[in-house]
Amino acid sequence: MKRSKQHRVIPGFGLSLGVTMAMLSIIVIIPLCSLVFFSAQLSFSDFWETITKPRVLASYQVSFLTALCAAAINTAMGLIIAWVLVRYDFPGKRIMDGLIEVPFALPTAVAGISLTHMTVENSAIGSFFAKFGISIAYTRVGITLALVFIGIPFVVRSVQPVLEKIDPQYEEAASILGASRRRIFFRVILPEITPALIAGFTMALARGLGEYGSVVFIAGNTPYYTEITPLLIMGKLQEYDYAGATSIALVMLAAAFLILLVNAVIQSRASKIVSGIE
Amino acid sequence: MKEHHNHAVQRILIALSAVFLTVMLIFPLVYVIVTAFREGIAPYWNAVTDEYAVKSILLTVQVTVITVVFNTVFGLFAAWTITKFRFRGKKIISTLIDLPLTVSPIIAGLIFVLTFGRQSALYPFLQNAGIKIIYAVPGIVLATIFVTFPFVSREIIPVLTAAGSSEEEAAALMGANGFTIFRRVTFPHIKWALLYGIVLCTARAMGEFGAVSVLSGHLRGKTNTMPLYVELLYQGYDFTGAFAISSILVVMAIAVLVLRSILEYRGKKSEEQS
Repeated sequence: MKRSKQHRVIPGFGLSLGVTMAMLSIIVIIPLCSLVFFSAQLSFSDFWETITKPRVLASYQVSFLTALCAAAINTAMGLIIAWVLVRYDFPGKRIMDGLIEVPFALPTAVAGISLTHMTVENSAIGSFFAKFGISIAYTRVGITLALVFIGIPFVVRSVQPVLEKIDPQYEEAASILGASRRRIFFRVILPEITPALIAGFTMALARGLGEYGSVVFIAGNTPYYTEITPLLIMGKLQEYDYAGATSIALVMLAAAFLILLVNAVIQSRASKIVSGIE
Repeated sequence: MKEHHNHAVQRILIALSAVFLTVMLIFPLVYVIVTAFREGIAPYWNAVTDEYAVKSILLTVQVTVITVVFNTVFGLFAAWTITKFRFRGKKIISTLIDLPLTVSPIIAGLIFVLTFGRQSALYPFLQNAGIKIIYAVPGIVLATIFVTFPFVSREIIPVLTAAGSSEEEAAALMGANGFTIFRRVTFPHIKWALLYGIVLCTARAMGEFGAVSVLSGHLRGKTNTMPLYVELLYQGYDFTGAFAISSILVVMAIAVLVLRSILEYRGKKSEEQS
C-alpha cells in the first residue's frame, strides 16, 4: 500500500485527488471543453459578422462604459469606507462592516427589482430626480447604479486587510520629519495600497461586465442605448442561435481574461517592487 | 489646530461612508419589505402561499441543499488535496476551481447548454436514456453548482495553508489512517472556515439568477426557482407578489449576514486560543 516514492507521509492522496478531479471535470472541465469544441466549429466569417454588428458593438460600449463608471465610483468610495473602517472608531462600526456584504448575500434579481421600482419616474425617489431632469431607471445611469450596488464589496474587502497591516511607524516617521497629513497619505499610504486598489477595481470591472440579474430590470433594454452584452447573449439563446451566442460570449470571455491578465501583471510587478526594497 | 482639523476630516469621511451605504444598501432592502406590505397583510399572505410561490420555494430549497452538499464535499476534498500534498499541476487545478468566479452567469448557463443541449454529441445518448438536463431541474442544479463552485474550498484553503501539514504528518507516522487524521487533526482547524463557506454558498445558491435563467426554460411550477418567480411576477406587473417573494429572500440574506459575522467572530476567537 505504501509506495512512498515521493515521500508522501499523509495517506489518501489517490482518493482525494481522484474525487477532486472527478467533480472538477463534471462541473468545470467538460463544459469548458464543449465551449472550446463548439467554438472550433464556428466559421470565422460568421463569427466576425456576428460580433461586429452595430447593435452588438453598441452593447459592448454600454457594458464597458457603465462597468467602468461603476468600478471608478466603487474604487473611490471603497477606499474611503475601508479607511473609515480601519482607522476610526465610532458607534455602529461593526454593523457598517457587516453591511458591506449585502450585495453578496442578496439575490441579484431582488436588488434589481428593488432599485428599479425605487427609481422609476412615478416613484418617490424617481420623481425627485425627475424634477432636475435626471431619470435613473431605464437609462445608463440606472445600469451604473445597479453595478455600483453589486461592486461595493470588492474594493473594500481588497483594501481593508492591506490597510490594517501598514506599519504605523512609517507614518510616525513621516510626521516627525514634518510631512503634512495629506502628504503622508499620498506619499506613504497610497503607494502601499495601490495594488490592492487596482485588484479591487479590476474585480469590480470584470464582475460589472458580466452582471445580468441586477441590471436586466433597471436597464429597460433599449437596443443601442441600454442593451448590455450579456442580454444579447440571452436573446440569442432564446432564439436557439447557439453559434451567435457563443461568438459574443467568446468576446466577453476575452475581455474578462484581458482585464484579469492586466491585473496579474500589475500585481506581480508591485510585489517585485516591494520585495526589491526590503 | 491640527487635531481639530483631523476631527473634521474624520467626521466628514464617516458621514460620507454612512450616507453612501445607507442609500445604496439599506434603502433597497427596506424598500422591498415596505413594498411587500404596502397593501396590507392579506395580499402579502396570499402572494406567499400561492400554489406556484410554494412550489418555487420548495424548488429553491431543493436546489440549494443539493448544491451546498456537493460543493461542501468538493471543497473538503479539494482543499485537502491542494494543501496536504505536493504534486504537478496543482496551480492549474486551483485556477480551474476559481474560474467560475470570473465567468459571467450567462456564459455559465451557455456552456451547459452547449454540453447537454440539442447540438451536443451527448444529446442522442441523453435522449435515449430519457434524461432531461436542459430546461429541467438537473440543469438548474448544475448551473447553481458551477456558479458557487469555489465558495467552500476558497474559505478552507487559506486556513489549511496557514496551519501547515506537520501535525497531519506526525499523526500519520504514529499510524493514524486518513479519515482519523482528518477528523481529529484537520477538522478542528477548519471548523469555522467550513461553516463560513457553507453559509456563503447557501446565500449565493438560493439567489442565483442569470445562469439558472438560461437553463430553466421558465416552466411555471416546475422549473421556476424563487428569483425566477420574482422576475415572472414583476414582469406581469404583480408588484406586491414580486416584493412579497423577494421579502423572504431579503430575510434570508440578513440571516446569512448575521450568521456570517457570528462565525467570523468565533473563528477569530478560536484562532487566538490555539
